Amino acid sequence: MSIEVLGVTKSFGSFTALRDVSLTVADGELVALLGPSGSGKTSLLRIIAGLERADRGSVLFHGTDVGPRDPRERRIGFVFQHYALFRRMTVFENVAFGMRVKPRGERPSEEEVRRRVGDLLKLVQLDWLGDRLPGELSGGQRQRVALARALAVEPRVLLLDEPFGSLDARVRQELRRWLRRLHDEIRLTSLFVTHDQEEALEVADRIVLLNQGRVVQDGPPEELFERPTSPFVLDFLGNVNIFHGRVENGRALLGPLSVAYPDHPHAEPAPAAGYARSYEIDLSREAGDTGFWASLTRVGIAGALLRLELLPDGAAPLKVELTRERFEALRPVPGERLWVVPRNLRVFLETPVPPRAQ
Amino acid sequence: MDAYALSPRSGSRAVRLLLGAAALAVLGLFLVVPLAAVFAEAFRNGAAAYLASVRHPDALAALRLTLLVAAIAVPLNVAFGLAAGWALGKFRFPGRSVLLALVDLPFAVSPVVAGMVLVLVFGRTGLLGPWLAAHAFPVVFAVPGIVLATVFVTFPFVARELVPLMQATGSEEEEAARVLGAGFLTTFLRVTLPNVKWALLYGTILCTARAVGEFGAVSVVSGHIRGRTNTLPLHVEVLYDEYDFQGAFAVATLLTGVALVTLVLQALLGRRRREERR
Repeated sequence: MSIEVLGVTKSFGSFTALRDVSLTVADGELVALLGPSGSGKTSLLRIIAGLERADRGSVLFHGTDVGPRDPRERRIGFVFQHYALFRRMTVFENVAFGMRVKPRGERPSEEEVRRRVGDLLKLVQLDWLGDRLPGELSGGQRQRVALARALAVEPRVLLLDEPFGSLDARVRQELRRWLRRLHDEIRLTSLFVTHDQEEALEVADRIVLLNQGRVVQDGPPEELFERPTSPFVLDFLGNVNIFHGRVENGRALLGPLSVAYPDHPHAEPAPAAGYARSYEIDLSREAGDTGFWASLTRVGIAGALLRLELLPDGAAPLKVELTRERFEALRPVPGERLWVVPRNLRVFLETPVPPRAQ
Repeated sequence: MDAYALSPRSGSRAVRLLLGAAALAVLGLFLVVPLAAVFAEAFRNGAAAYLASVRHPDALAALRLTLLVAAIAVPLNVAFGLAAGWALGKFRFPGRSVLLALVDLPFAVSPVVAGMVLVLVFGRTGLLGPWLAAHAFPVVFAVPGIVLATVFVTFPFVARELVPLMQATGSEEEEAARVLGAGFLTTFLRVTLPNVKWALLYGTILCTARAVGEFGAVSVVSGHIRGRTNTLPLHVEVLYDEYDFQGAFAVATLLTGVALVTLVLQALLGRRRREERR
């Protein structure tokens, strides 16, 4: 079952959460709704679920407008950010709830309920916890119970609000891989909200990036990562360093750096900025024809990577990530001056009003 | 030094004994002695006299009226309390803080004033008095007035228990139930109510105790018609004013009994209620 969102706008008082948002989730697709906090992603998910009403625009399931339908009639599975498990019911009763509250005619028999709850608990690998209360489970287990409960009503679409938000880093990684495998298995149209770009890049078939209530970019993870259409996307999907300057006569002049910029062949200058991801920067001890000197101020270890901080003369600090091999080859020490060369500088014209402060 | 001072075993034995004794003395002076006095006075002339006082037709009528009033006022306030808890705990709307303050109003207003307001509105010369008189439905100096006064005074007990709890539990579980296909009633009975049941019971017990024991507001609207509009507390007062001390205390033992039962139930429920708040 596909989901279509057409021109949805939503305000809470004077705050506009969503401005004319449109997106599609194809049948069987797993899409991430990514954005910083306050970007409207949860509001959008709640509107799709019917828990919130859009001021304008419509939501279509498989081509049918579900606007007038109450959430209980939409046949959706919703996993809440804090799981919202029924705290007075056992895990078994939580999962069985959706079946037990069906109208008398459609309600499955007790035997059927037991069988299906058993199957679902097996699917989420928790069949041995059926008679526990939610309060007795770990965060990751609660999360999976919430998922089993959502799947119990045989939903047509699955909506997840920050599904891994309140778990610790290790469990989070494990669970998101598990969710991806589960999705490959059951192929249920799914939309999940996250503020974690890594999560979106790893799990989703497609990412819809929201900022301040608008869709900024929509595409497969590789596309967003490799071909960001705005500085915001570039910045949000990874650590970047910014070099301010101008473009004129087909070149971008960014402080000590100069790169080709054929899109602006005119003589009159326009303000621009170059962006380089923290791992797209080379360091060496000898000066080359492009680049600049900066002194190393800090070295930090982040797993397989090393995070370096450098301070160029009269400019903002730089963030650089080196693999362990490259770090070992160079062996820089704090205080040392190094020659900095951005390998892949992406240049964007600076709009008069920066996109972050509309 | 500090760590030592924080340990529960700190302080000399003498200090601990002294503090414990002081606490027990205060408790005895203000709780046990008066309680014993009530029963001593009630049985001063023997068990036969006690039974005679309790079985007097006026006493029985007061007991019946008290139970009737409680039987009407408590369910009403359970319903109001649930409605207030639901509305104030689960939703944000304009005027919410005003409503929140209004829930506490009966605690802030002297019960006598509350009774007088009822007389002002429903009394013979009051706002609705002539209309009520014309339809032969007396409120003041009759049972409806006593019920109204009791409802007003006991309103906050259930609501105050439920509002903070329902606010703390939020509405996510209700939303989850809705998405899973449950209707309003099913959600209320199977999700909302089980989450607050101990607090509701606790509030109901306090509400009942107060409904049975209310004096001030009821006194103003009742008119003290013996055998007809006297509740137990009013009957105690009447007997006391007539210098029938033994009779007054005999009837008072009934009210004391309610208080003791309430105390025991409160203690039993206290733990479950605290667990529910987590």
